[in-house]
Amino acid sequence: MTTAREATDPAAESGYTDHPPRMGFFTDTTVCIGCKACEVACKEWNAVPADGLDLTGMSYDNTVGLGANTWRHVAFIEQRKPLAAQDPGLHHDTDVLAMAEHGSATQPPEAGMTPTTPGSGDDFRWLMASDVCKHCTHAACLDVCPTGSLFRTEFGTVVVQEDICNGCGYCIPACPYGVIDQRPDDGRAWKCTLCYDRLGEGMEPACAKACPTDSIQFGPLDELRERAQQRVRQLHEAGVGEARLYGDDPDDGVGGDGAFFLLLDEPEVYGFPPDPVVTTRDLPSMWRHVGAAAATLLAGAAAAFLGAGKGR
Amino acid sequence: MTMSDGHGSLAARPAREATTGVNTGRRRGRRGEQPVVPDTQFTSYYGKPIINGPVWKSPDIPAYLFLGGLAGGSSLLAAGAQLTGRGRLAAVTKVGAFGAITLSLGALVHDLGRPARFLNMLRVFKPTSPMNMGSWLLAGYGPLAGGAAASAVTGKLPKAGAAATAGAALTGPAVAAYTAALVSDTAVPAWHDGHRELPYVFVGSGAAGAAGLGLLGARQGEESPARNLALFGTALELAAFKRMEKRLGMVAEPYRAGRAGLLVRAGETLAAAGAAGSVLGRRSRVARLLSGAALLAGSACTKWGVFEAGLTSAEDPKYTVVPQRERLLRQNHAGGGEAQRGNPAVPQSG
Ligand code: SF4
Ligand code: SF4
Repeated sequence: MTTAREATDPAAESGYTDHPPRMGFFTDTTVCIGCKACEVACKEWNAVPADGLDLTGMSYDNTVGLGANTWRHVAFIEQRKPLAAQDPGLHHDTDVLAMAEHGSATQPPEAGMTPTTPGSGDDFRWLMASDVCKHCTHAACLDVCPTGSLFRTEFGTVVVQEDICNGCGYCIPACPYGVIDQRPDDGRAWKCTLCYDRLGEGMEPACAKACPTDSIQFGPLDELRERAQQRVRQLHEAGVGEARLYGDDPDDGVGGDGAFFLLLDEPEVYGFPPDPVVTTRDLPSMWRHVGAAAATLLAGAAAAFLGAGKGR
Repeated sequence: MTMSDGHGSLAARPAREATTGVNTGRRRGRRGEQPVVPDTQFTSYYGKPIINGPVWKSPDIPAYLFLGGLAGGSSLLAAGAQLTGRGRLAAVTKVGAFGAITLSLGALVHDLGRPARFLNMLRVFKPTSPMNMGSWLLAGYGPLAGGAAASAVTGKLPKAGAAATAGAALTGPAVAAYTAALVSDTAVPAWHDGHRELPYVFVGSGAAGAAGLGLLGARQGEESPARNLALFGTALELAAFKRMEKRLGMVAEPYRAGRAGLLVRAGETLAAAGAAGSVLGRRSRVARLLSGAALLAGSACTKWGVFEAGLTSAEDPKYTVVPQRERLLRQNHAGGGEAQRGNPAVPQSG
């Protein structure tokens, strides 16, 4: 186990000296209502092209996943698990028929009740989660980009410069989360910019602004991490034992995410990798093996000639 | 105004405090809680892939991988042939190396989303990007291979030609090997996890391919180094592939299944047949030519198979999720520690 170390400051590592605090998202999926306001706001603000209408049959998710034209994606998971049942505050000893006789004259203290009895049917819960680029501390997409099109901003976020990207496509399979993708008609790679243009103006990203439940919270990453810890503690105290943070740990395989999540189930249930690692962590080893293999080839070729002797 | 204004204190935003998911009422225990699924059991989001698979197209990128190996190996044969006075073998492999690298570069540019911006590859120098390093390498190797070929064809500037031949032979092995780092440096399970052995598979396959070219082009009596190189390359490729599959476990499945499996098997069979044929049929011109063709085709099939296996492993979330789950499980056992979270201190491979 590593001991807790100083959290990496990606902006400083990229050479920014006097830079604003690292900004990010904390997406608290427990309060997401699946309204997709974030998806829409993102498309609107960033002028992301439409990508057709497809009815997938995956609950309310017809967006399927992040890609070149989807920078926020709301996942819907239907589960035969208890827990989504909230106590609506109904009193089952109340005589609803008698109450109905009151008609519209329901007394104010009783108003807000419904005459429906909560069914005791099967366990069911509905998880919703708004996914986005993680703006990794160690971002594979940025590391492998051969043109320098992907760069680290002063806010510690990761952004593509579309005037430089030559569409080599390397960043796409490099991302351990399946975020960035190529627009086929345009050839270049696209993804969430964490609304770099809005940040520069002191505004919050469009998705966070639009989120009606504050499931998407934007702010300095330090603050968000603190707030998220508090929220998990609160949920645990309330008996929601499976509440957990995902991507908040600066010691994880990508050095922690700039956009992290509070989940109610295992990450892969939401389509997240359970233990993502930045591919370039193994790059020194890759280069060593490449070097050794090249030397082996050179030696093999030399041996092929030595073994052949002269002239034959 | 600071950026966090409007996101103020906890108390100001009661919605954030909603205890959604809390069952405050009667708990329904009737069904008896199912035991939690074992950690290695595989779950996914509607079976959708976790990572976005490569958008690299076939045959562009398989051809790029194959031709790079062919070029690198051919430059070695060329230099050796020149040193040992095998004139025809030298000429053929010099021209072959330049032709292969030119086509390889063409395939790469063709695959770009914005081919006109190819030169943006050289606007930075970036060791963390194998594609960037590869571009610089090709920028060095290409002209050397070109110079060697031009001098061999025209017979002009033999000194410069010899120097270019030597230069191409020194950079050639790197050209044949670096494409392994190129594919491994991704989140594609079959490629990334194979990063220790793929370089040897790639140079072995490149050597066999170049040997095939040598067998096809050599004058009778000149070909024995090519035959030796075929044996060496094929043995290296097959051994490294075996080792890789053994180490990768379930992640190696795509190398043996479906279209990718077919291509890999074809590659192995052709390489073995070519190498054997070149030895057994050493007195026969026909056997030599057939062996050469088999070796070339085998090298192309191997690279193609590796490429396709990568696509398959990216497409199926199980190759991403299961190994990561197992890694977490191992760490929890080893550390006795807290579940749910990865610990990068334990490297997955070296
Ligand atoms: S999530 Fe993927 S696209 Fe986003 S910064 Fe990390 S590696 Fe790059
Ligand atoms: S597709 Fe564009 S952004 Fe992605 S690695 Fe290539 S040049 Fe960089």
